[in-house]
Amino acid sequence: MWHHPPFILSQDPWDLHHRAERDRQRHNEKVKEVIKQNLGDIISHQDIITAHDGKIVKIPIRGLELPRIRFDPNQGKRVGQGPGGSQPGDIIGRQPGEGEGAGKQAGTEPGVDFYEAEFTIEELMELVFEDLHLPNLQEKGSKQVMADTTQFNTIARKGPLSNIDRKRTLIEAYKRSAKAGKPEFKIQADDRRFRSWEVVPEPQRNAVIFAMRDVSGSMGEFEAYICRSFYFWMLRFLRTKYTNTEIVFITCHTIAKEVDEQEFFAAGDSGGTKLSEAYKLALDIIEKRYNPREWNIYPFLFSDGYNWGDHEVVQLVERMASISNLIGYGEIADELWGHTDAFAPLGQALYERFATDPRVVLVRITSKEDVWPALKRFFSKHPEVEQL
Amino acid sequence: MTAQERADLEKFIEQAWETAIGMGLEPFPVHFELVPAHVIYEIGSYGLPARFSHWTFGRDYHRQKTMYEYNVARIYELVINTDPAQAFLLENNSLLANKMVAAHVIGHSDFFRNNTYFAHTDRRMVERARLHADRIRQYEMEYGPQRVEQFLDAVLSIEEHIDPVEPTYRRPQPEEYRHQKPTLVRPTSEFDDLLGRVETPEPPSTRRIPPEPEKDLLLFLRDYARDLEDWQRDIIGMVREEMLYFLPQIRTKIMNEGWASLVHERILESLPLTPAEHLEFRRMHSSVLAPGSRMSINPYYVGYQILRDIERRWNGEPPEEDEQPETDWLQRPKPRPEGEGWRKLLEVREMECDVTFLRKYLTEGLVKRLDLYTYKLEEVNGELVWRIQETDWEKVRDALLDSMTNFGVPVVTVEDGDYDRRGELYLKHHYDGKPLDIEYTTRTLKNIYTIWGRPVHLETVADGTRLIFTCDGQQVKQRKG
Repeated sequence: MWHHPPFILSQDPWDLHHRAERDRQRHNEKVKEVIKQNLGDIISHQDIITAHDGKIVKIPIRGLELPRIRFDPNQGKRVGQGPGGSQPGDIIGRQPGEGEGAGKQAGTEPGVDFYEAEFTIEELMELVFEDLHLPNLQEKGSKQVMADTTQFNTIARKGPLSNIDRKRTLIEAYKRSAKAGKPEFKIQADDRRFRSWEVVPEPQRNAVIFAMRDVSGSMGEFEAYICRSFYFWMLRFLRTKYTNTEIVFITCHTIAKEVDEQEFFAAGDSGGTKLSEAYKLALDIIEKRYNPREWNIYPFLFSDGYNWGDHEVVQLVERMASISNLIGYGEIADELWGHTDAFAPLGQALYERFATDPRVVLVRITSKEDVWPALKRFFSKHPEVEQL
Repeated sequence: MTAQERADLEKFIEQAWETAIGMGLEPFPVHFELVPAHVIYEIGSYGLPARFSHWTFGRDYHRQKTMYEYNVARIYELVINTDPAQAFLLENNSLLANKMVAAHVIGHSDFFRNNTYFAHTDRRMVERARLHADRIRQYEMEYGPQRVEQFLDAVLSIEEHIDPVEPTYRRPQPEEYRHQKPTLVRPTSEFDDLLGRVETPEPPSTRRIPPEPEKDLLLFLRDYARDLEDWQRDIIGMVREEMLYFLPQIRTKIMNEGWASLVHERILESLPLTPAEHLEFRRMHSSVLAPGSRMSINPYYVGYQILRDIERRWNGEPPEEDEQPETDWLQRPKPRPEGEGWRKLLEVREMECDVTFLRKYLTEGLVKRLDLYTYKLEEVNGELVWRIQETDWEKVRDALLDSMTNFGVPVVTVEDGDYDRRGELYLKHHYDGKPLDIEYTTRTLKNIYTIWGRPVHLETVADGTRLIFTCDGQQVKQRKG
């Protein structure tokens, strides 16, 4: 009731009120769309590669705005205000160059609106992996590996507030208080119900990936970095989307060795290069453990392309191609060592033999930004192979 | 907030209200609601509770909430212009902060009720906005959220292009133009009319749409875009109505905040506070009324200082140091009746909007004391810097007024809705020396095309020559006109 003077002061519970969440999520989706277009830049950053799970990554992007018919913000006079004693000629701010934007607060520059999108590593992964697939997967073998999908189809008692199911919560509150003999909609923590999801196992096909890495002395810091970052994303991708895929790690200089994951990433570089050893070892392992009739096989090798006995490698890749779904060869060229567009000798030899063979994908990487296109080339659908 | 604190606050508001009435204020009744932070940030980013859904509001909400969580900035109060007014206070603010905010709200409520620019705002806008939201949600279900979002994106990107005079002014329909605008005929003598020499003017072509250049782009599109469906016309109408509601707030930002700040100060000073409370109040008051970033002005501070200056002058108090005494047009000292200050302020809060307020009352002394200046982007040693240009008070004032003209938005009118007899839309930017942002304009034209459905032209001036942008739906081309 209005009393005199005419005002009311009230305080009500607002726990269930989260209207803005929906629009916030829609904005997030739009930010993700923008980020997806720039994934190449983003995923090549060292701090993302070394990030642990749950870490929050900040990505500066230009804020999403609706366009307006507006005045050019960089021309003409504006009016500002100082703490006193401002004089003509005083510099009150700097305009950052194009592309900069990290670490800036929104709204300090007229007309430029930067926004730091925050993602957990997992969310970023999801974006990265959305369009990646193991190409040409075929149904092989009896041992069905499971991949999981999630479906929003159940109700839980605990959950994030943004998933609250208001109707069910109110019904619960009403039922509880009705049982107590005084039906009303006063909500207690126990009444809350949340929409939740179930993990639905989905049958999937057997697959084994051979991650092979040139660790010879000619592989410099840059080459090793590219190699590691490619395999980092590859592993993340396989483990997110194809949970039970098997991965065989092989390092190779003049001798090839099967190693565990930790050793694979930590391996230092020394000695000469004889990559035919890596393929020999892989073929050996296939023979012993992964019958090609039962398994989808994907060998990947990263090297700088300087190798002893390219001819032998070509022959082994030929053999490999007959039993693999897709073979990937990545050649890393540090452009500091002179700028050429051509493959190094090994890449050249492979190119001459396999340029028209869709089962063998050859990629040349010259900068950090090339890692993402390489991933996309290896792990996109390759329809031309499926027709073979 | 505890029950005890709430009772304390309630008692304070009662006293504050009586004080405000004693000062001559006439606020709308106010419903104060104590709410958690996320609610105040939500309403703040939508502008109204339960307004329609759009990702730009979600973006603003996210930003404000993040700034609050990082303690960068916080909203203290939010008040909605309705009758009764609805005010939202932050429940975890200190008791004193909420007292100050409540007094501030009384100032806003008085301003909404009395300022003439608000006379035609819909005081039941919350209900109306809720109905709009329901309708838009219905359209989402019927036509798909994507289609609705895409259309809303287009409409919202031109939402400022309405005519604030509109609520009181009914446009003549094209057929009514037949009877207007007689062509001027040079008279041969003053008895022309008696001698029947007046020619009957040809009625102007009624085919011309709009009959006169139309500033209300939304209204024009709603009524004349050929291929729109009913739900789309409805959306344009709703966005326009809400914009008409918000416009007076945009046009009186400096005055409204200045007035509310002055009111909260007067109320708190006239009520008993403990020394600790008084200290906290002074600290908060001066943090609200401090110069902001050097790139902009703080409307609270500027508005408050100008109002105080008016009061001082109309009270006949001596000028501030290093200020010339005011003179009339004969250079005689201007007489001021004593004790008129507050009455003058009540008049100012009723009659002015920011543009008229600054033009009349921003004086030389104020520009200096507020340390206002103009600045622009310049290249210095290969680096782009924002540099102060002038501190001369008239130049500063004019630049400020210029930036507020048409609420800071380029004036665009519809010149022809059947351009070249092909049903194309011809828009004209009324160039006043400030060039347009080409990238933004280009993108906006694509949005207007989405609504109009046929090629859209926009005439403007760049580098001294007439330039016409044309959007054919695919791309935007420019040509010299």
